[in-house]
Amino acid sequence: MSAVILTVLGMVCQTSQVNAQNALYSTNGGNTRFSSETPLENINAENKKTQAILNTSTGELAIRMNMTDFVFPNKLMQEHFNENYIESAKYPTATFSGKIDKAIDYTKDGEYDASATGKFTVHGVTQTRTISGKMKIESGKISIASNFQVALTDHKIDVPEIVFVKIAQKIDVKTQYTLAPLKK
Amino acid sequence: MNRAMNSARILLFVLLPMFAFAQDDLLNQLQKEDSARTIPVTATFKSTRVVNGHSVETMKKNHMDFRISHRFGAVNSGAYQFFGLDQATMRLGFEYGLTDKFMVGVGRSTSQKVYDFFGKYKLIEQSTGARNIPISVTLFGGTGIATVNKELEFQDKIYYTAQVLIARKFGEKFSLQLSPTWLFRNHPEVTGDEKLLLAVGIGGRYKLSKRVSLNAEYFYTAREKNTITAPYHDSMSFGVDIETGGHVFQLHFTNSLGMIEKQFIGETTGTWGKGDIHYGFNLSRTFSFDKKSKRVPN
Repeated sequence: MSAVILTVLGMVCQTSQVNAQNALYSTNGGNTRFSSETPLENINAENKKTQAILNTSTGELAIRMNMTDFVFPNKLMQEHFNENYIESAKYPTATFSGKIDKAIDYTKDGEYDASATGKFTVHGVTQTRTISGKMKIESGKISIASNFQVALTDHKIDVPEIVFVKIAQKIDVKTQYTLAPLKK
Repeated sequence: MNRAMNSARILLFVLLPMFAFAQDDLLNQLQKEDSARTIPVTATFKSTRVVNGHSVETMKKNHMDFRISHRFGAVNSGAYQFFGLDQATMRLGFEYGLTDKFMVGVGRSTSQKVYDFFGKYKLIEQSTGARNIPISVTLFGGTGIATVNKELEFQDKIYYTAQVLIARKFGEKFSLQLSPTWLFRNHPEVTGDEKLLLAVGIGGRYKLSKRVSLNAEYFYTAREKNTITAPYHDSMSFGVDIETGGHVFQLHFTNSLGMIEKQFIGETTGTWGKGDIHYGFNLSRTFSFDKKSKRVPN
């Protein structure tokens, strides 16, 4: 009996591995933007080098970005973002590692509402979050778009009192990733 | 039935960690792909000056730095001069980044009525990762016209400065800079003084907190100190940088009165030992003229 289980197990593992390899979609040029809007000041930044990878057979999704790749129109702000707020030397990346909640038929073109649940790490603090957005499947590519908020206090990002009114307590994040089949 | 349940359980038990691992595997895969990048080391100093001397930092493209610098009289000038605060010399400067690596600046000092002009180019940027460069190197070239003495020929009012600024950020907190300096005066202030002066500066900063750093700077001049033809000493300064949004305040004590290389490297008359110390500050305000930024920071 145990031999049968082992064989079955082995087969399952093997197939899932084979599947996993065939079903990887990824990008190294995803777009992550955030904005902080207060009556006094609007701050925007954009990261065009976000990495994302999706395993369509398991629904696993991972996203990773370097904080120093966020570009601000104002370079002094960029320096302060890295040096004072997000502490890029100590916490160089923001990541998400999770799973698409509902199975999606990736073989059919179309647009779907989707959400993913997993570990969301910014500034070295990990939160379990469900982030919803849209997935679009078109000519062999998968687009993932989402809008969500990140509360500074959730990730222990300190804002000194004198600039308190200039930085929103909740930062709006917009993401747009277009994933293509990963070539081995 | 029971057996089937059991095997299903075992299956689940065996597979679960696999799924859990797989997610992190994806993340690890991203990290592996990303390992070939070069990460530039930024913010070696908070400002384009260590104290008096230039740091390796340049203004970024389309950003203007408006600088107001003051040096007061000597602290040892007594209560009558309110310990130096009654007298002040100042320099106004407009400094601008033409590219992310090249900046230009103009300034006007009240002392000797000098107009100064300079360009500064970031030649090598310290970086880690795929391309590991241990130091930053910035070239500085400047000239100035001291217009105080109207009798002098135009060319005699002119001086030139060239510096190779070499710095390393050793960690988040500590940065060190060496500044070999070449200073040429067409007409030295004291007759008999050499036209050419070679010097080397050493400067550093230590971050006390995210927004406050301690700075120090010393310029060694290759000449005999305090002679009749060159009654000068080496410049030594200590300061604190305080950063608030778009401003950097640099408060310091220095034995130099001037704020341009000709004056603080070449013509420092005070000594720390006798208390010829000047209190001073640089106020730096950055404006972004990047079209994408709707508002300037504060």
